[in-house]
Amino acid sequence: MNRMKTPGSERTRLATAGARAVTTTSLSKQPAKDRIKGNIFMALLLLAVTIALIGLTALVVQAIIEGGPRFNLELFTNPPSSLNVEDAGFRPALIGTLYLILGVVLLIVPLGVGSAVYLEEYADGNRWWNKMIELNIQNLAGVPSIIYGILGLAFIVRGPLDLGFILAAGSLTLALLVLPVVILAAREALRAVPPSVREGSLALGATEWQTIRKQVLPAAIPGIATGVILAISRAIGETAPLLLVGATTFVTFNPTFFGENFSALPVLIFQYASRPQEEFKVLAAAGVIVMLIVLLAMNSFAVWLRNRYEQQW
Amino acid sequence: MTLTPEPSREKGLSQQIAVKNEPAPSDGDVWTKDKVFELKDVSVSYGGKAAVKGVTMDIFRNEVTALIGPSGCGKSTLLRCLNRMNDLVASASVEGEINYHGNDLYGAKVDPVQVRKMIGMVFQKPNPFPKSIYDNIAFGPRVLGLKDIDERVETALKGAALWDEVKDRLKDNAYGMSGGQQQRLCIARTMAVDPEVILMDEPCSALDPISTGKIEDLMTELKEKYSIVIVTHNMQQAARVSDKTAFLIVELDSTENNRWGQLIEYDETDKVFTNPKDSRTEDYVTGKVG
Repeated sequence: MNRMKTPGSERTRLATAGARAVTTTSLSKQPAKDRIKGNIFMALLLLAVTIALIGLTALVVQAIIEGGPRFNLELFTNPPSSLNVEDAGFRPALIGTLYLILGVVLLIVPLGVGSAVYLEEYADGNRWWNKMIELNIQNLAGVPSIIYGILGLAFIVRGPLDLGFILAAGSLTLALLVLPVVILAAREALRAVPPSVREGSLALGATEWQTIRKQVLPAAIPGIATGVILAISRAIGETAPLLLVGATTFVTFNPTFFGENFSALPVLIFQYASRPQEEFKVLAAAGVIVMLIVLLAMNSFAVWLRNRYEQQW
Repeated sequence: MTLTPEPSREKGLSQQIAVKNEPAPSDGDVWTKDKVFELKDVSVSYGGKAAVKGVTMDIFRNEVTALIGPSGCGKSTLLRCLNRMNDLVASASVEGEINYHGNDLYGAKVDPVQVRKMIGMVFQKPNPFPKSIYDNIAFGPRVLGLKDIDERVETALKGAALWDEVKDRLKDNAYGMSGGQQQRLCIARTMAVDPEVILMDEPCSALDPISTGKIEDLMTELKEKYSIVIVTHNMQQAARVSDKTAFLIVELDSTENNRWGQLIEYDETDKVFTNPKDSRTEDYVTGKVG
């Protein structure tokens, strides 16, 4: 590089080199204090994640260790037995759980999505009764499940509906239990659809209903599906309300949807665990594994369904 | 109730436009053409606070009419009255008379959904639907029950000068397009339902100059088939594309607590920019204020 050796250009060269050196230093190094703070913060976050995961993993690992020796595929197909612990299985409870969840899904999807659409799109948010409804739905999501059991006993099994102690009553009770979760998730999903999409649709001459059905709802499906998945996950594990609406007997044959003697996985696990013999406790632990597998299978199916819909516009 | 255009009636100049200074009679047909909208003393307020007051003007067929003025003078508010989009704002109330081909747009028997089929709108920020390009254009015709969807999509995309760019990827997501393309998509979407009027609310303010140029060229073509009303912050744009220009300002009341928009001058674009009647118009268009 040609440089004229004049005093001016020499000064310039030194000044440029100095400026570059300072800039390089300031770009490459953070002040030590900030760097340490950043690292500590990240370490704390990592610790939080680790604790959460450890708790979860410990639970699952414990179940697998205890129930593993007893676990075999016949647990899915054999009927339960209070005498013959070696051949006892979970079949009727499994079918009971599946029927219960089927009923819950059939109820919460139309009711939950319908309620959310009404509350979000049609209701005037400033009216006092709508504000009360909003508040109450959030409260309902936190009510203990045993209270839903009492509700089911009073109004569904006996009372106005008077269905008796049948599986459908259990389904209805569980549906009421998880409905607030679905409504809240669906409302959030609907809110997440930008108003510009609605405006664009209405400006073309579409009615409100056409806009909701063809623009807003399809865009909100992933969020709604997440809400349904969460609801199912909760409903599968609920034992208390089922005990109150009739899942108490030790059922050995397959239940039917409107039949009286039904059971569910968590109930049967509890019944096995209550027995004094040690083998039954191991059987109960194996049942926990069964339940985890069912939960995982259902959730994976639901997530796959949601992903499939997400890609189509 | 269907709104059908009534035959135009010639009126005296003084009845047609009520501004502070009446324009001198120019070549007559510019003010005696078919009218699309007649606004008579239109005021809009949100929650009791006036946004724009006392606007009286006529909008003519197959023209580009520009609304210009500083921020907050109610141009967008006024525009949204023309296709009853202000109905969607709970606190909005519209007074005065807006006639669409002689029929009161806010009459008791008028259905806003029908209004919007005939008066379309393009928004400031491009808002394509989260669907494919084809489904974006086809949405309008489908919900309106129109036939020949494929043809309509092609015609609309050609009319918006977008067909060549997207004809091989109609099934792609509309969000994959650039901003200028998205806005042209929104214009094509509006055209696909065959409206009579297209309202444009600052359509180019979010776009780069080249896309802006393309859309301005589009407007000049479109006015042969549609009537266009455009709100713009860009005075040069108004000067380039519009046939008539309405200038609004912000008025303050004596306590300076309330502000609302007021129509100051409405005339042929050439006259507004080269020989405005009101000094405030002159200050604005020459860039002294605003």
